Amino acid sequence: MAQKDDIYFWEGAREGRLLLRSCAECGRIAHPPVPMCPQCHSLEWGTRQASGRGTVYAWIDSRHPSRVESPSRIVALIDLEEGVRLVSNLRDIALDDVEPGLPVEVFFEEINGHVMPQFRVMEGRA
Amino acid sequence: MSNISDTAIVGIGQTEFSKDSGRSELQLAAEASLAAIRDAGLSPSDIDGMVTFTLDSNDELDLMRCLGITELNWTARGPFGGAAASATVQLASAAVASGAAKAVLIYRAFNERSGKRFGQPDAGGYAAMMGGPDFHFAYGLDTPAKIYSLWYQRYMRKYGVTSEDLGRYVVVARDHAATNPAAWYYGKPITLDDHQNSRWIVEPILHLLDCCQESDGGVAIVITSADRAKDMKNGGVRVKAATQSHRFGGQIMFDYYRDDLAEFEETRTMSERLWKDAGLGPKDIDVAMIYENFTPVVFLALEGHGFCKRGEAKDFIRDGHIRLAGSLPVNTHGGLLGEAYIHGVNNILEGVRQIRGTAANQVAGAQHVLVSASRSGMILGPL
Ligand SMILES: [Zn+2]
Repeated sequence: MAQKDDIYFWEGAREGRLLLRSCAECGRIAHPPVPMCPQCHSLEWGTRQASGRGTVYAWIDSRHPSRVESPSRIVALIDLEEGVRLVSNLRDIALDDVEPGLPVEVFFEEINGHVMPQFRVMEGRA
Repeated sequence: MSNISDTAIVGIGQTEFSKDSGRSELQLAAEASLAAIRDAGLSPSDIDGMVTFTLDSNDELDLMRCLGITELNWTARGPFGGAAASATVQLASAAVASGAAKAVLIYRAFNERSGKRFGQPDAGGYAAMMGGPDFHFAYGLDTPAKIYSLWYQRYMRKYGVTSEDLGRYVVVARDHAATNPAAWYYGKPITLDDHQNSRWIVEPILHLLDCCQESDGGVAIVITSADRAKDMKNGGVRVKAATQSHRFGGQIMFDYYRDDLAEFEETRTMSERLWKDAGLGPKDIDVAMIYENFTPVVFLALEGHGFCKRGEAKDFIRDGHIRLAGSLPVNTHGGLLGEAYIHGVNNILEGVRQIRGTAANQVAGAQHVLVSASRSGMILGPL
């Protein structure tokens, strides 16, 4: 459920931007976001637009185990260039082709009524 | 001023473990609690403290009204789901050691199979708490099996752990359950083929037989001072050390934001504290009870506690160390896969039985038992 502390993320997604919450005082990025910076204790935050590039750290297929109509959907941990990890989906790739460290990039798609960041293999790598 | 090591478990009680208890969760809590109090040779009016999980649905005052407890001077609840299992003993023992309470009742009871099922994607439980969008559920992480598999995948990939490696743990756990009359899977051992042939829950990480049970049941424990325990009905089992470790950046369930997911850092730091407090090390442990929601966490825990090197749990298990005749029998009651899933508190009861010498699968001469719930743990020993 969208909380006050993560509204920027979903607003950014609607604008096609992958936004991370960064401390207005020291610049530290917090993901998932929290309202106080653990480094300098500032309560002032800005956002930083991520490059959208990262690498695959881990992944699973979230297909329902017994419903045959359940589609394959890869859930992955993406290590972003900015040094934070994000849960997202890997798209346009077969499960067997995913490997650790695979370079990926973000795109945005509306899923169940919400615009969400999704990832696919970085152009030129496919 | 006394310490946690000046306290003892003096009573244990449990209901039967089933898939449909046919009675309320409060009744299960009351039955198990009364059994534990009687096992200690105490009466309910001797209880002046209560500890359970934040997740437990049974109200302390309601349980008092069942048991006839006169007054409580100490209550506490442990957070983080199953990670609270061993923390309950730390909370109770700290209260006794400080003088805040004289005799603390720990209870955990639920109808986790016939009532609300936590493991189902759309039948209430976890899923019902979520809306959308969010950082996890909205991407397809809608069951505990999937949530944890995303973590375990990294571990298995890094160390080349196969599903068959996992299955070798399950075979042992089910062997132990097969000779434990209290276990749901009593008399029902499995083969590695049975494990491999059970359906995938999250391919290629978890088969059905890698998943803990969903159980109905209640368990309870009574803790008092070690001095007082010496004169009590069943003697006592000393709490030699009990602690928790929760670290910056950690999360419950969605614990994806630590640097290296191929280790369980909290288990390592929690057990370093246990070894220090108890003056013991991994080699001193005769039996280990390890919380397992799913098989891979046993591997991470064996390594986190230092029973084997990182990445070598698969070899440790394959070489037979965790069997009853091995160097470190693990989950001698069958674990949460084989006995029942009473949120890990049933593991503490088995630890007590091993030191009393009354376990169904008794390890001869067991002196020191580790009871680990990954982020909380204890070492039990003789009085
Ligand atoms: Zn800051």
